[in-house]
Amino acid sequence: MEQVPLSHILILSSTLFFLGVYGFFSRRNLITMLMSVELILNSVNINFIAFNKYLFPHQLEGIFFTMFIIVVAAAEVSISIAIIINLYRRFKTIDIEDTTTMKY
Amino acid sequence: MNSYDLSALLIVILPILSFTVLGLFGNRFSNRTSGLIGCASLVTTAILALYVAAGYFFDFGLVNGEHVKHIALQFQWLKFTDSLSIDLGIVLDPISVMMLLVITIVSSMVHIYSLGYMKGEDYFERYYAYLSLFSFSMLGLVVAVNIFQMYIFWELVGVSSFLLIGFYFTKPSAIAAAKKAFIVTRFADLGFLIGILMLSYNTKSLDFFTIIDRLTQVGSPYLANFTATSFMGMSALSWALLLVFMGGAGKSAMFPLHIWLPDAMEGPTPVSALIHAATMVVAGVFLVARLFPVFAISAPDALLIIAYIGAFTALFAAVIACTQTDIKRVLAYSTISQIAYMMFALGVAGWGEGKMEGFTASMFHLFTHAFFKALLFLGAGAVIHAVHTNEMEGMGGLRKSLPITHFTFLIACLAIAGVPPFAGFFSKEAILSSALQTQPLIFYVGLFTSGLTAFYMFRLYFRIFWYNPVPEHSHNHETHTWAMNIPLIILGVGAAFAGLIPFGSFVSADGKALELPFHLTFSIAPVAVGLIGIGIAYLLYGKKNEIPDKIASAVSGFYQAAYHKFYIDEIYLFITKKVLFNLVGRPAAWFDRTVVNGLFINGSAETAVATSNAIKPMQSGRLQSYTMFFLGGVLLLAALLIIKFM
Repeated sequence: MEQVPLSHILILSSTLFFLGVYGFFSRRNLITMLMSVELILNSVNINFIAFNKYLFPHQLEGIFFTMFIIVVAAAEVSISIAIIINLYRRFKTIDIEDTTTMKY
Repeated sequence: MNSYDLSALLIVILPILSFTVLGLFGNRFSNRTSGLIGCASLVTTAILALYVAAGYFFDFGLVNGEHVKHIALQFQWLKFTDSLSIDLGIVLDPISVMMLLVITIVSSMVHIYSLGYMKGEDYFERYYAYLSLFSFSMLGLVVAVNIFQMYIFWELVGVSSFLLIGFYFTKPSAIAAAKKAFIVTRFADLGFLIGILMLSYNTKSLDFFTIIDRLTQVGSPYLANFTATSFMGMSALSWALLLVFMGGAGKSAMFPLHIWLPDAMEGPTPVSALIHAATMVVAGVFLVARLFPVFAISAPDALLIIAYIGAFTALFAAVIACTQTDIKRVLAYSTISQIAYMMFALGVAGWGEGKMEGFTASMFHLFTHAFFKALLFLGAGAVIHAVHTNEMEGMGGLRKSLPITHFTFLIACLAIAGVPPFAGFFSKEAILSSALQTQPLIFYVGLFTSGLTAFYMFRLYFRIFWYNPVPEHSHNHETHTWAMNIPLIILGVGAAFAGLIPFGSFVSADGKALELPFHLTFSIAPVAVGLIGIGIAYLLYGKKNEIPDKIASAVSGFYQAAYHKFYIDEIYLFITKKVLFNLVGRPAAWFDRTVVNGLFINGSAETAVATSNAIKPMQSGRLQSYTMFFLGGVLLLAALLIIKFM
């Protein structure tokens, strides 16, 4: 069976990554920004899996890293959501442009 | 540690104990209790000092007929190098034991006297605490084994005298006097410190006896090194010793550093008796006596300078004393003059057979002077206590109302005037005869000064107790208690008979017994001069008359100059306020304000503020701008890595 070449997968993951970065910078809604961060993390995961599969098929480090990232990302999301809820209670909004009181 | 050593230690420790107790808990005691604590501690030290002195002079200090030094206690306190360390300890040798006696006796008398004199004063317990502190520092000074130990106690003496002079701290004049005394002596101590550093640098030791050994032995490499360099015709050693003497001159009020002593009379009168008559002001004499072998053997030129400074000061202060009207100031100038007597007696002495008489004479005069000058001050205190003024104007004819004071004061005046057989006669004869042997010029100055001394002391005596007729119904009754009269009587006995002690067999420069020569023919001149002085004083002040005023107006220029203390204070003020202030003070202030404060302190603060204002907007509170910086940083790092590894 013909394999998908590695460069295709890398193009996919960089596209995902830059979509995430673009989303993080262009969105004003904190939830959307959180989703963008998840996109970035997942693009990294794809990279890990791809390199593991194509370069070192007899080892499992890349897969383990991916597992860890998924777990950590889950934890991170829960904390982020908690922060966002607190932010909402205080400002009655989750628009990032309106919550700039923590400065000099 | 035998009982003598223990007693010597206790002599030093007891006063600091009573200072601590009175200083910490004094306000919980009644005045009477705190006074008694101070007295008990000092009287005990006096008894212990008598015990130690008896033991030293007759028992353990006497080895083969010579008095040798005895280290009662010594321990290392601060170590710099193997050879250079500051030790603390107690040395007993003829002069330190003699000083222990003088200090403890006069101090205990003053403590007792103050019970009466200071009765009802505010801060009574604080006064006693200060007195104890002073006694402690003075005792520590005289038993010092190490030149730095002496310096430490020297400064403590300065501090405690500052506290005591400024005891009436609500009086601006007392504060000014205390500051003046402290600053002048402190300035002189700068010279002392430099002298110590020079001595210790060149002898590699701070120990008194090591220094003396290394600087007096023939062929000692330290001595050769030290005298090899010279400056303005004198060797480095002479300069070092003169700097040390500068410290002594400050404490002992030698011209031109004498200006603080007359003003120090602002303190309570018993304090003047203790500090400015018997103990602190002789510290300078003691210092020169302690280093006497070095002076006499290795630096006779420095000793000669001391002799001339002493002779000049003796005459100078005696002339001023003749014109003063404040009785305590008369006594102050008299003290300066008598201390100068001791100084030049040391100055005319030398080392070797038959030349060391001046040393013993000086110590003898120190000993007798302590008694009669303390007595004079305490007597003056009793007079002031009775008439409530220091000025002669308010006195006269007090002989009936103050009989005990009158009698003891007369003894003291006879003693200081050198009338036989009172104490001052013997010591003054010894000084004058040793001066005649080596420096005839100084002898004539001393002789003339001795006449002046008799004159101004009896001027004081007649002015206080005669002059005016005895008032019929005097309200100045001698209301003094036993506390004030007993010290007067004890010191009076001392002033009358202390001269009969064969002093030469106890105290001499090399420890061997020395027979002070006593020639009947020699003593005719000084006694005659003294009696002439007394006679003139009687003619002028025995009864109220016009002659003194006429004489004063006949030589009014000179009289005015002497009355204003030869304008030395004004010269000092001119130098400090006009010259030093404008030339040094103002530029220094400008430098401080513009460069140190303006450029360094305010400048650095302003730079910090400006930088902070410039970078503050980066902390905007916008999450996405932070991330932008973060991303920029990551991209930059990535670019760097790519460039590096491509």
